[in-house]
Amino acid sequence: MKRIYVDEKWCLGCHLCEYYCAFANSGKDDMAKALKNVKINPRIQIEEKDGISFAVSCRHCEEPLCVKGCITGALSVVDGVIQIDSDKCVGCYTCVLSCPYGAIMPSESDDGVVQKCELCLKNSHGKPACVEGCPNRAIIYEEKE
Amino acid sequence: MSKYVIIGNSTGAIGCVEGIRSVDKSGEITLIASEPHHTYSRPLISYLLCGKTDEQRMKYRSDSFYKDNKVRKMLGKTVVSVDNNAKKVLLADGKEVPYEKLMIATGSVPFVPPMDGLDKVKKRFSFMTLDDAHKLEKAITPQSKVLIVGAGLIGLKCAEGINDKVKSITVVDLADRILPSILDYEGSAVVRRHIESKGVKFYLSDSVKTFEKNKAALVSGAEIDFDILVLAVGVRPCVTLISDIGGKVNRGIVTDDKCRTSLKDIYAAGDCTESHDVSSNTNKVMALLPNAYMQGETAGINMAGGNAHYDNAIPMNAIGFFGLHIITAGTYEGESYTSTADGNYKKLFYKSNRLKGYIMIGDIKRAGIYTSLIKKRTPLCSIDFELIKEKPQLMAFSRKARKEFLAK
Repeated sequence: MKRIYVDEKWCLGCHLCEYYCAFANSGKDDMAKALKNVKINPRIQIEEKDGISFAVSCRHCEEPLCVKGCITGALSVVDGVIQIDSDKCVGCYTCVLSCPYGAIMPSESDDGVVQKCELCLKNSHGKPACVEGCPNRAIIYEEKE
Repeated sequence: MSKYVIIGNSTGAIGCVEGIRSVDKSGEITLIASEPHHTYSRPLISYLLCGKTDEQRMKYRSDSFYKDNKVRKMLGKTVVSVDNNAKKVLLADGKEVPYEKLMIATGSVPFVPPMDGLDKVKKRFSFMTLDDAHKLEKAITPQSKVLIVGAGLIGLKCAEGINDKVKSITVVDLADRILPSILDYEGSAVVRRHIESKGVKFYLSDSVKTFEKNKAALVSGAEIDFDILVLAVGVRPCVTLISDIGGKVNRGIVTDDKCRTSLKDIYAAGDCTESHDVSSNTNKVMALLPNAYMQGETAGINMAGGNAHYDNAIPMNAIGFFGLHIITAGTYEGESYTSTADGNYKKLFYKSNRLKGYIMIGDIKRAGIYTSLIKKRTPLCSIDFELIKEKPQLMAFSRKARKEFLAK
């Protein structure tokens, strides 16, 4: 299946992927309105240090420890994509405990349910906004072997 | 003849169904369980009481799960014995169900130690099952004074679940700290202060000497008035189906890394088993939901003729109380590093070039990066340990490892 791949060699550390992610998942149709004066909590997050930077988001693992460990059954794999049912999630964070990449996280909602990259398949964008917004093709969305 | 018989209907059993179906799409599966309910998530009963979920949402799998997976379910039926020579299980109602491969996912039951005067207490509850939760919910009123014996995961989740619905909650435990199975002394004190701030009262290093109908006299001399008693002292693995027929049992049913018991064609998963903890290199009961799933799935694959191993289990817990989150994993041995920045509490334990265990309270972000280091036994010399001490991050790994993680 198509996955997101990140090549740190091309990452500029511009954080645009984070803003595109936050916008795509905001439910708003105007980027300025969605992001102005908002402290974003994107599902893709940049790590950076000493000139090295790279984006981290869900790897949609073949062996999804988050899904297998989920205590409510809120996480599931649908056509290879790991999805979260926010209605079922109670915010216990067993998935945070389980994810080897640190790619699933509490959302800003009051009840603390988790959020994760769902490849923008469930929002109005329909395809990964971080990939489209990356100015240097450091984040790509493609099928490998 | 059912090809596969599964005893149990919780995490281990469901993992087993999914494991079998990943290999064998059609072999007949019969699932037998004492509880009459659709599979549900046991840890959610406290969330049910405080209104954060409901019975529909706490179903562990969708309403069509059994149908979708072609499972013949026999719910509300109890298996009383296994005949491993004739390869059949015997039910309490006298029926027999033959099997080719058998899964034991019988879980555990509350353990109630003998306590003087306990039979005088009329409103006495456990807190393990959906039915337990319903009974407790029915009994409590805004005037209830609740006494919980046991300051472990079950007792304290119960306290959280009902705190807003009762007048007072008092918790008594023999241990010198709350959550002794997952927290060190300092971490425990942090969580205790938080729970106390919500009005829950603790008597630690103490125990009930005698019960009267509405009063408990503690060994320390303290007396506690109560009208509702919840016993959450501990649990005992349900092992008798296996021990009765000579299968190997220690505290739990002994299983290998293919989740086989010592008896031919009989597998076991979940809270009724003990398995190998790679962080301490010992065998123990690890009654944790993710482990139950992994064991069940592994067993299912093997039962269906596949080849799966579950060989990286460790103790691990994610739990929260009144908005304070806790994630812990592994074994607390060796040297330690403690950080209490910004009101959070974090402790890492390391030994012989490996991360052995950790505790995070408050800020739990990206904890799984630590979990993975423990499970994979990653040599600490291969990563930047100073960076990873600061916070869980992939930056601490080599460029090559990161490429493996993110670009492949």
